[in-house]
Amino acid sequence: MSMKVTTRQVDGITILDLSGRITLGEGSVTLRDSVHDLLGKGAKHILLNLGNITYIDSSGIGELVSAFTSVKNAGGELKLLNLTKKVHDLLQITKLYTVFDIKDDEATAVAAFAS
Amino acid sequence: MPDSTTSRVSLTLNSSLESVDKVERTAQDFAERAGFDQDTVPNIVMAVREAAVNAVLHGNAYNPAKRMTASFEANPDCLIVRVQDQGPGFDPSSLPDPLAPENILRGSGRGIFLIRAFMDEVHFRQLLPGTELTLIKYRAPAQPAA
Repeated sequence: MSMKVTTRQVDGITILDLSGRITLGEGSVTLRDSVHDLLGKGAKHILLNLGNITYIDSSGIGELVSAFTSVKNAGGELKLLNLTKKVHDLLQITKLYTVFDIKDDEATAVAAFAS
Repeated sequence: MPDSTTSRVSLTLNSSLESVDKVERTAQDFAERAGFDQDTVPNIVMAVREAAVNAVLHGNAYNPAKRMTASFEANPDCLIVRVQDQGPGFDPSSLPDPLAPENILRGSGRGIFLIRAFMDEVHFRQLLPGTELTLIKYRAPAQPAA
C-alpha cells in the first residue's frame, strides 16, 4: 500500500523511481522527505518517474506541487516522467498539467534539463 | 449486472488513516457490486476517499474520541455515499478555488474540488456539531431538469 522510492543518477540528473501510492500519510511524507534530502545534498535537477504509481490522491497531488516549488525555490528544476493515465487525467482536471514539465521518455527528459 | 434492489452498508470508525483506507476499500467493493463500470469505479473511490480524509483530518482532526460514519446505498438509479464527522463544521462556499492562478501552486485544497469533479451531486449538511457530505453517482449521466 505504501510508496517506495529508488534513487539513481543519469548524466548528473537525479531520478527518483516511485512506485505504489502517493496518498495522505506515508506516501506523501516519503516523497517530501526524499526531495528535501536531495535538496539538502545539493541536487538541483530532479526527475520524478511516476510510471509505477498506482494511485494518487489530492494530498499526493499537493505533494507533487510542493516538491516542484521547493526545488524551484532552491534554484533547481523538477520534471515528471511517465505519467499513468490516471495521474495524467488528475493533472489535467486540476490544471497542473501545464505547470509541470512532463516527459514520457527518460532520455528526452534527462536531456531537457538545463546544464 | 446491477442489483435491482436497494443495498446498504454503514461503517462507524475512529479518526485514523486506517479508517480512511477501510472506507476506500468498502467504496471499491460496493461500487463494483453495484455494477458501475471500470472507468467509473476509480472515480467514485477517489471521491469517497477524499470525503473520508476530510472527515478524519479536517473534521475530527484525528481526535480519538470522535467518530467518522460512512454509509453506502445502491439503488436502481444511483449510488449514494454519506460521510459524517463530528468536527466543528465548515462553510463549503468559503473554500478557495484551487484552479485560480493565485492558488494553483498551493500544496493542499483540492479534495472537495475532486469530489465535485467525480460525482454527479455533492451536498453538505451541518450537523451541529459535525458535517455530512452526501455524494451521489447516477448509473447514467444526469439529465437536466425539464
